[in-house]
Amino acid sequence: MGFNRVSISTKIYQTLFRRTSMFTLTIVVGALFFERAFDESTEYIFNRINAGKQYKDLKKQLAQRAAKEE
Amino acid sequence: MATLVSRASKQALLRVHSSIIHQKANLSFKNLSKGKKWAVAAIGTLTAGGVGLAVALNTAVLASDLTLHPPKYPWDHAGMLSTLDRASVRRGYQVYKQVCAACHSLEFMYYRNLVGEIMEEDEAKAEAAEIMVVDGPNDQGLMFERPGKLSDKFPNPYPNDEAARAANNGALPPDLTFIVNARHGGENYLFSILTGYCDPPAGVEVREGLHYNPYFPGGSIAMAQALYNEIIEYDDGTPATTSQLAKDVCTFLRWVAEPEHDTRKRMGLKALMIFSVLLAATYYMKRAKWSSLKTRKIAFKPR
Repeated sequence: MGFNRVSISTKIYQTLFRRTSMFTLTIVVGALFFERAFDESTEYIFNRINAGKQYKDLKKQLAQRAAKEE
Repeated sequence: MATLVSRASKQALLRVHSSIIHQKANLSFKNLSKGKKWAVAAIGTLTAGGVGLAVALNTAVLASDLTLHPPKYPWDHAGMLSTLDRASVRRGYQVYKQVCAACHSLEFMYYRNLVGEIMEEDEAKAEAAEIMVVDGPNDQGLMFERPGKLSDKFPNPYPNDEAARAANNGALPPDLTFIVNARHGGENYLFSILTGYCDPPAGVEVREGLHYNPYFPGGSIAMAQALYNEIIEYDDGTPATTSQLAKDVCTFLRWVAEPEHDTRKRMGLKALMIFSVLLAATYYMKRAKWSSLKTRKIAFKPR
């Protein structure tokens, strides 16, 4: 194994986790992205399960009915 | 002599077979002899059986158990992650307003609770404006009536419980805000009550002013059958059959009793997903931390 060849996990460790300052920054920024992604995906699953039953669907129906009456 | 005995016993007691002393606790079930295993198993079975028998013997047989138990219906919102069908809740509100509200109050409901849940704000304002509310005092110190606002409660059909009893042959129509949670069987029970009216079987006498309903404890209920086919007309054109009316009003009452229902299930999904990841991570961490402790050997070598 050559001296200059560093595996990708070593590189990640050295740049992101090694120093406490970078480690903290990684956690803060990671949390930001993780929460966004997690919320989006769970909302997507939940809305898929309950398609057509929630208030936003009823709201569309009500608007359609109001447009038809006019 | 005494020193000789003392020395001999000391040597006998302190004799070590090898250079390492093994300490071993023989408390595990695995290390018991076959007979002891059988004995422990028998004692366990007998204890569990005895407790079960005692519980069974002490469970009272209630006369109210002789009522008909409601079947479980496949509600739209029964699933662990299923929200309430808002279109059904909205129809149920219509049923409540035009049928149930004649006798039953919804004490803890405000018109603002409808906004963004089953109707838009301007529609809810129009709903509220249909009722008259006593407000005041004005600058002359007099109470006055004004059209309802979003901040007003749903109107109570009777001024107090005594008036309600007097108007209903002595029976008090219960408040419906939490009725779904307040009755065993919840929506299933309510649906069965609303659709279960029938002629009393031979030999059962129903007093004057009461009605026969096999799902009601005791069988005699003061409320008459309230829902019939086409008793109201839905604004979304759904055929208003008795069972449709009952289903919608039960869904509506579930929403009234549990307005946080949908949010709760949404948070439940998120919590289950995040905690399953955390649980796996915690388990891995525990194994990692304990691996060094568990593989460590402690040797005591007396010289």
